[in-house]
Amino acid sequence: MNILTGNDLKTGDVVWWTGEAWSRHVSDAAEMGENAPDVMAREIAARTVSDCYLVDAERTAEGILPVHIKEKIRATGPTVRPDLKLAPPDPAAGNWVI
Amino acid sequence: MYKYDNYDQQMVDTRVAEFRDQVERRLAGKITEDQFKPLRLKNGLYLQLHAYMLRVAVPYGTLNSEQMRMLAHIARKYDRDYGHFTTRQNIQYNWIKLEDAPDILADLATVEMHAIQTSGNCIRNISSDQYAGAAADELVDPRPYAELLRQWSSFHPEFNYLPRKFKFAVIAADEDRAAMRLHDIGIQIVKNDTGEIGARYYAGGGMGRTPMIAPLIRDFVPIAELISYAEAILRVYNRYGRRDNKFKARIKILVHEMGAEPFIAEVEEEFKHLKGLNIDAPAAELERIKAYFADPLFEAGLPDEIDRSDPDFAVWLDQNTHPHKRPGYAVAVISLKPTDGIPGDASSAQIDLMADLAEEYSFDELRVTHAQNIVLPHVKKADLYAIWQKLDAAGLATPNLDLISDIIACPGLDYCSLANARSIPVAQKIAKRFADIDRQKELGELKLKISGCINACGHHHAGHIGILGVDRKGTENYQLLLGGSGAEDVSLAKITGPGFDEDGIVDAVEKVTEVYLGAREEGERFVDTYRRVGIDPFKEALYG
Amino acid sequence: MADILRFRDDEAHEEPAVTLDAFLDQSNATAVRLEDGEDARKLIPYLERLALIEIGFSNFGDGRGYSAARILREHGYTGELRAQGDVLVDQIAFMRRCGFDSLAPEKPLDPVDAENALARWDEVYQKAADDRQPIWAKRHA
Repeated sequence: MNILTGNDLKTGDVVWWTGEAWSRHVSDAAEMGENAPDVMAREIAARTVSDCYLVDAERTAEGILPVHIKEKIRATGPTVRPDLKLAPPDPAAGNWVI
Repeated sequence: MYKYDNYDQQMVDTRVAEFRDQVERRLAGKITEDQFKPLRLKNGLYLQLHAYMLRVAVPYGTLNSEQMRMLAHIARKYDRDYGHFTTRQNIQYNWIKLEDAPDILADLATVEMHAIQTSGNCIRNISSDQYAGAAADELVDPRPYAELLRQWSSFHPEFNYLPRKFKFAVIAADEDRAAMRLHDIGIQIVKNDTGEIGARYYAGGGMGRTPMIAPLIRDFVPIAELISYAEAILRVYNRYGRRDNKFKARIKILVHEMGAEPFIAEVEEEFKHLKGLNIDAPAAELERIKAYFADPLFEAGLPDEIDRSDPDFAVWLDQNTHPHKRPGYAVAVISLKPTDGIPGDASSAQIDLMADLAEEYSFDELRVTHAQNIVLPHVKKADLYAIWQKLDAAGLATPNLDLISDIIACPGLDYCSLANARSIPVAQKIAKRFADIDRQKELGELKLKISGCINACGHHHAGHIGILGVDRKGTENYQLLLGGSGAEDVSLAKITGPGFDEDGIVDAVEKVTEVYLGAREEGERFVDTYRRVGIDPFKEALYG
Repeated sequence: MADILRFRDDEAHEEPAVTLDAFLDQSNATAVRLEDGEDARKLIPYLERLALIEIGFSNFGDGRGYSAARILREHGYTGELRAQGDVLVDQIAFMRRCGFDSLAPEKPLDPVDAENALARWDEVYQKAADDRQPIWAKRHA
C-alpha cells in the first residue's frame, strides 16, 4: 500500500496523511488512492507541508509502517535514542488487549 | 580570541533580520520551497530525516564559555536538550522548528555567533587546527588568517552560487590536525627562505564519493595577497566547475579533469589580473585581528610535575592531554566518545559543564575538534586532576583520544536524510567490543571513521580503518576500508572486499586489529604496519 | 521595458542584444547577450563600443553570471550590464555588487521586497565591482 508523508512546514515534524488531515503518527496514515496527486498539489499549495511524497507501507503487528528502513526510522525516531521516540497517540494504547 | 566590533555585529544582526524576512516570505507563500531551500541552507537550516536541523558555525573551532553556554541554552530551549559536534568543528541541532529559527539566530547573535554559510553552495565555515595558539609545534597561530578569510568569504557577492559547497582549512604546523589536504582549499601558513610569512596553497582535495588529495597549487603566496589568491582560485572554479552533474561539481573534479598544471596556469592568470585590484585588506587589518589572538596571560614558573597517584587519572592524563607551548601548561581533550554514547553528542548539562571548566581553568577558551571532541587549550598541569574529577563525574572523562573507540561517525540513517545505513550503532558496537582500555592502548593510535553513505561525512576515506555503510537491496551493509589518513601522512583508504552486516563489520574490525598485532614491528602504528605489509594479509584474514 | 529595474540615468538602450557568436561575427552591434557560462573575456576587446551587455540566468542556482559581470567591470566596461532570466529578490543585492546595473527578472519582483533587499546591507566585507568600501577599509580609514 501507498501512504503519503511530508514535513510540517512550520515545525518540520514528520507527518502522515490520514485521508482528511496530517497526523504525526504513522499509525493514522490512510492508504492513498488515485487522488494522491491532487492531495499532494493541494497540500503543497496550502503550505501545510514543505513537500510530500508517497511511501510504500505495510500493515504490521505494530500497525501501519513504511517498508523501507529509512522511512521506518523516519516514522519512529532515531534507533539510538529510544527516549526520543514519538509517544503513541494514546498513552494507554500499549496496554490495550485485543 | 576574536571579538566583534560594531561592523561585525551589524553584519550578523542584518543577517538575522534578512533570514527572518525570508522565513516570513516562505510562510506567506511568496517563495516556493525550491526557492527557499538554498536560502535556508545558507543559514545552515536543513530538512533532515525527522525535522529541521540547524548547523551553527564555530569559526575555526574556537569559542568562549559564554558562547558555549549559549549552545547549551539553545539545546534546552529550542531543541531536545542536546547538540551534536561535527567533523567541521561546528555544532548541529536535530529538532528545530522553522518558526523558531530566526529567534535562535537572534540569540546566537547576542554572543557573536551565527549560522552563516554553514551549508549551501558557498564558502563554508573555515576550519583550523584545534590546538592553534597552544601547540608547541606551530609556526604561528593560524586563526588570524582564518578570520581574515571568514570575513572575506561572508556574503561574498560573486561566490554565493558556486557549483557546489566549498571548504577551507588553515593550519600553521607540519603536523596536520585539520585534514587540510582533504579540503577544497588547504592552506598552510609557512615561512620562506627570507623569513617572510606566507601561505602554501593546496586545492582540489575532498572526500565524498570521489576522494582526492589536494595537489600543491602554490608553494608561497605572500600574506599580503592571501585573499587575492583565494579569489583567483574561486573565480576559476566558479567559471569552469561542472554544473551539469552535482556529483561532479566539486573543485576536486575540476582540478582532476583539467590537470593540476593547466588549473594552476588559469589561477595564476586570474591572480595576475586580480592582484592589482586592491582586494586584500591592508597589513594593519591582519595586525588588528592578530591582537585578539595574543597569548593569554600565562603564568611563569609553574611546575611540570603532576601527581599520578590516582591510576584512573593517570590513564586519562597519558591519553587525553597534549603538550602545550608553555611550561606548566597542557592541552586537555574532552572525549565525546563514551562507550555507550553517540560520537559528538553532548547534553546541555555537559555543554554547560565544559563552559564552566573553560572559564575556571582555560582562560575562557574551548575548541571543537574535527574528530568531534572538545579541547580545553590552556590548562595548568596542576589543575588537571581537578578538571579530570569534574569531567569524570559528568561522563566526560573517557581516556580514549586517538584510540580505536575515539570514532568519528556521521549521524547516519538515524538522523540524516541522505544516509543509506546507520553509523552510530556500528560505532557503539565497536566501542563495546574494545571497551577494555588496556586493549585499546595496546592497539595504539588507530583512527576509525564511519560514514553512513558515500558522501563521506564520517571521513571513512581518511580512516586508518574506514567503514562505509551502503544500502544493499534494502538492508544495511558495511564495507571495510584500510590505510587512510587525514593527517600530514595523508592517504586514501582502500576497500578490502565485499561488505558485512552490522555484526559482521565489528568482527571484521577485530580481525584486522589481530593481523596488525601479529605483524607489527617495534613502534609501528596500525597504519604503518598496513603500509609496510600491504592489504593482502588483512584480506586473507577477512575473506581467506 | 516596464519590467526592467534600471539603476542608470541614461536612456535605455533600444537595440536588441545579439548572441555572442553573432556579435563576434559582425562588427557593428552595440548590444550583446551572454548565456550562462559563455566567456565574458571574449568581449574585452570591444567593451568601448558596447552599450548593453545582457547576461542570462537560466536558473538562479547557476552563478557563473556573477563572475562574468565582475570581469567585464574589472576591464573597464561602463555600459549597461543587465541580469536577465531567473533573477530572484534574494540575489539582487549580490548582483548589484558584481556590477549589474539593470535587472530583468522573468517573473516580476515584489517592489517592496526588492527595495528592502537592496537597502538591507549597510556594510560589506569585501571589495567587489561596485564602489562600496569594505569594512576593512573603513576600519583603517
